[in-house]
Amino acid sequence: MSRYRIPGMGRVDPARTVRFTFDGRSYTGLRGDTVASALLAHGVHLMGRSFKYHRPRGPVTAGSEEPNALIGTSRGPGRFEPNTRATVQELREGLVAESQNKWPSLKFDIGAVNDRAYMLFSAGFYYKTFMWPRSFWDRVYEPFIRAAAGLGKSPTEADPDSYASRNLHTDVLVIGGGAAGLQAALVAAKSGARVVLVDENPEMGGSLLSDPSVRIDGQGAWAWLADRVAQLRAAGVTLMTRTTAIGYYHQNFVGLVERVADHLDRPPQGAPRERMWHVRARQVVLAQGALEKPLVFDGNDRPGVMLAGAAQTYLNRYGVKVGDIAAVVTSHDSAWYAAFDLADAGARVAAIADTRDRVRQDLVDAARRRGIEVLAGHTATATSGRLRVRSVRVNPVRDGKVGPGREIACDVLLICGGWTPSLHLFSHTKGSLAWDADNRTFLPDRTTEACQIAGAGRGLWGYGPVLEDGMRAGLAAAEALGRTGTPAGAGVEGDRPGTGVTQKELPTDRSAGKAKAFVDYQNDVTAKDIRLAVREGMRSIEHVKRYTTNGMATDQGKMSNINGLMIAADALAKEPPQVGLTTFRPPYTPTSFGAFVGYHKGATFELTRRTPIDPWAEAQGAAFEPVSLWRRAWYFPRAGEDMHAAVARECRMTRASAGMFDASTLGKIEVAGPDATEFMNRMYTNPWTKLAPGRCRYGLLLGEDGFIRDDGVIGRLAQDLFHVTTTTGGAARVLNMMEDYLQTEWPDLDVWLTSTTEQWATVAVNGPNARKVLAPLVEGQDLSDEAFPHMSVAQCTVAGFPARLFRISFTGELGFEINVPARHGLALWTAIHAAGQPYDICPYGTETMHVLRAEKGYIIVGQDTDGTVTPQDAGLDWAIGKAKKDFVGKRSLQRPDIVAPNRKQLVGLLTEDGTRLQEGAQIVLDPNQTLPMTMAGHVTSSYDSVALGRPIAMAVIAGGHGRMGETVHIPMPNGTVRATITSTNFYDPAGERLKA
Amino acid sequence: MLLIHCPYCDETLPEAEFAYAGEAHIARPADPSALTDEEWRDFLFIRTNARGPHYERWRHIHGCGRFFNACRDTVSDRFLMTYKAGEERPAHATLEAAE
Ligand SMILES: [Zn+2]
Repeated sequence: MSRYRIPGMGRVDPARTVRFTFDGRSYTGLRGDTVASALLAHGVHLMGRSFKYHRPRGPVTAGSEEPNALIGTSRGPGRFEPNTRATVQELREGLVAESQNKWPSLKFDIGAVNDRAYMLFSAGFYYKTFMWPRSFWDRVYEPFIRAAAGLGKSPTEADPDSYASRNLHTDVLVIGGGAAGLQAALVAAKSGARVVLVDENPEMGGSLLSDPSVRIDGQGAWAWLADRVAQLRAAGVTLMTRTTAIGYYHQNFVGLVERVADHLDRPPQGAPRERMWHVRARQVVLAQGALEKPLVFDGNDRPGVMLAGAAQTYLNRYGVKVGDIAAVVTSHDSAWYAAFDLADAGARVAAIADTRDRVRQDLVDAARRRGIEVLAGHTATATSGRLRVRSVRVNPVRDGKVGPGREIACDVLLICGGWTPSLHLFSHTKGSLAWDADNRTFLPDRTTEACQIAGAGRGLWGYGPVLEDGMRAGLAAAEALGRTGTPAGAGVEGDRPGTGVTQKELPTDRSAGKAKAFVDYQNDVTAKDIRLAVREGMRSIEHVKRYTTNGMATDQGKMSNINGLMIAADALAKEPPQVGLTTFRPPYTPTSFGAFVGYHKGATFELTRRTPIDPWAEAQGAAFEPVSLWRRAWYFPRAGEDMHAAVARECRMTRASAGMFDASTLGKIEVAGPDATEFMNRMYTNPWTKLAPGRCRYGLLLGEDGFIRDDGVIGRLAQDLFHVTTTTGGAARVLNMMEDYLQTEWPDLDVWLTSTTEQWATVAVNGPNARKVLAPLVEGQDLSDEAFPHMSVAQCTVAGFPARLFRISFTGELGFEINVPARHGLALWTAIHAAGQPYDICPYGTETMHVLRAEKGYIIVGQDTDGTVTPQDAGLDWAIGKAKKDFVGKRSLQRPDIVAPNRKQLVGLLTEDGTRLQEGAQIVLDPNQTLPMTMAGHVTSSYDSVALGRPIAMAVIAGGHGRMGETVHIPMPNGTVRATITSTNFYDPAGERLKA
Repeated sequence: MLLIHCPYCDETLPEAEFAYAGEAHIARPADPSALTDEEWRDFLFIRTNARGPHYERWRHIHGCGRFFNACRDTVSDRFLMTYKAGEERPAHATLEAAE
């Protein structure tokens, strides 16, 4: 048995020992312990170092609000977690825990020199210290801040654990399984509602677990608790422990994180580590209780100084006495009861100092009966002890004057500055808060959601009122659901009522400027820092917070916000509501990335679309590239070829004889109906009325602002049927845009739009021998130039499959595109590949496609255009149906900024020295101008061209169309490149090869 | 995750099924060529940016595919009502009743 464990107390199992290590040393604890309670049972209070001053720290709480006792926990490779709260982490067999922010050791830390350089690190020190000179940022300031900003080391390996995600719908969600929550859940369930009760602890009970002296309905508190939990189960309530409500969102949507595996010795194979629940509740009951506040005075952070309620929890729930000699400093009755519990369990309580002049007589009597000295009207002004508190200095305060101090020896100092309702979840919903001037606390006021608030979370105290209030909330939830609840009262004996006062920093007889009176333990913010922030001009609490970092650590100011506000309000001589309260934001407690990610990682992070021909490409060893969600064959390297060689060969073979390309990813939309032509006339820039069935046309789509949105070849299959193709990435966008106009602007048009992208597989065959390859496979269509000229479309049979056959080209060569139902795509591909063998047909990928189209100056929307390019800018005026009265974007082509001179226009670029330019490189007209240079445009496409025997590029350049033949300059890190502006049509400018 | 009522499906469904589509009741002019540059600019770019009730368009893109209109309070992010495309903009009195 460890030294500070009290046999017969607590809810831990004395028969089951659990071994673990802390900073390499082995310890034992009991099943049911947290890391903190187990270490405290061995008398270990020192568990970490603070973030800024590296001051030694021990646990100050026993719950999820803990700011100090942050540890790293590990369960093997990839399973290291920093910043775990030792007060929450349950003990498991073989747990490896380590402290943080210490070097070389927890007991001797070199960073603690910061503590002595205290004056340097006062409020706003980041802003003041790290301002100048700019060059110091990279080499001095940033490395310093990074090194100092400890807060745990993030793991470097991938997380091997899985995380689950679930939806849950319920009538009533009760958050918090304390006295109020238990009552609310039972009453709501008995009305017939479906009820879910969640609590972040391993078991239900809330403060009943920590403070069990009360009797309810004639039973001991724990017997009553067990009975209530059994009744809840019998009533069909879903009970979820180890489950934290992290955020409360619109329409009663609540995020819960359930810790599934971290407490288990050996998690079952495949079990998720955590599970995120997305809950939609018709009614929410917030029964989260209240959080105890520290008192703010010099030295209130030494190991051994802890909240009185925490000491009471360690005693009653874990059977751990936090010290041998306790002293208490409080401004609330609750700490008196904690002291009584400790004294009754055999600890010595030297004294209770209360900041109030008058304390309830029954408390004073009960203290004296236990031999505890009572010091009413006292302040605390200092503590001593390096790695553990040794004494506290208390002084009487009379008429605002601090009298002489007196040292009280202790090895644990219990402090209590009162309690503040846990407002976090309520505030997530933008529910308004009301300032309770009598009790000097904020309370939840107007709700924006269908929610009830019960118990200490709305300022009530004592089990009687809280149980009563829980019942009321349960009834209200039932009634809101149209149900009738039955009141279920609970008779309370031996209740512990309590009141207190809210304090700013405690008065002192010493220099307040030298006091290290901590408000925010985790970020090392002192009362002096907050007053300094006010002196330096901060007026709003939001500014004070950012200037001092008060409340900005991982505990989100659970312990520091109200104390910080009281001090700031005092410094500003205002009432706290006039200074404001900072915003509470989700998550309530630190939440792992894994819980948010859930299943969306690895192969299920994002779907991968594959064409029917993809397996063939993979079998051939193709390299792939992602294009929007598609995986596309990039190039087909042969043995010994790198990308450059493979692409050069693919280009050469296609232009020399024949190449084949999987174009299935092109977006396809079927536009059908009596008004299809009218619709196409209104959507696209081009005229469609006179396009005969069996013919196709390049279509250009603008936004209403006149900028190019998409393009593609459109075939007219019948009077009332168009086969529209879009860019690979633009398919969904274009269909959405078409639907928008059709549904909302032109609902009178009789047109149907259908996405057919995945219904058709598309194979492009290009090259001088394309017709020879294809002709033997085609039935029902003469492929001769006379019968089937360039820009024709036909429905026929190819390789035995029904097909839509286009004669079009994106390479400048004789070209065909064959669409067959997707299920035949692979068979069509292999048939063409076989038929092409006599012609050495070459499968090529997207890179070769890009090179071949660039040699012809064919644009790629989104590469050569960027959302600010008009048809004129891109040299596509010819695609505009000038006789049309209107189409989407037409009016904008007359906008002043679009007809203005010197717009960036698409041109070709040829470098003088044969350098290949980098896409995105900036272009200047005068290389000798002073910095920063005036940029005239940028390179949009750049490739090595086999056909031209040199690199080619496309670029947008201001006034480019009027600068043909001029020289421009492209400054690069290793020198400026000179290039000549040319046409974008680099290869076969007369287009003879298309007509072959 | 908001819940949105699709007036065509007559179902209240998760936001993830819907796509926002900009401010509502901005009809494309019947004859854009008749508009001055300033009028056309206003049609293209000038939006209400309301603080409070805002009339806007949504599409039930992963459902029935229909565009519809909504009035949403941009302060509370609460949907005051949704209604079919082409229907009149509801008066504030109607919205208050719906609330
Ligand atoms: Zn719908």
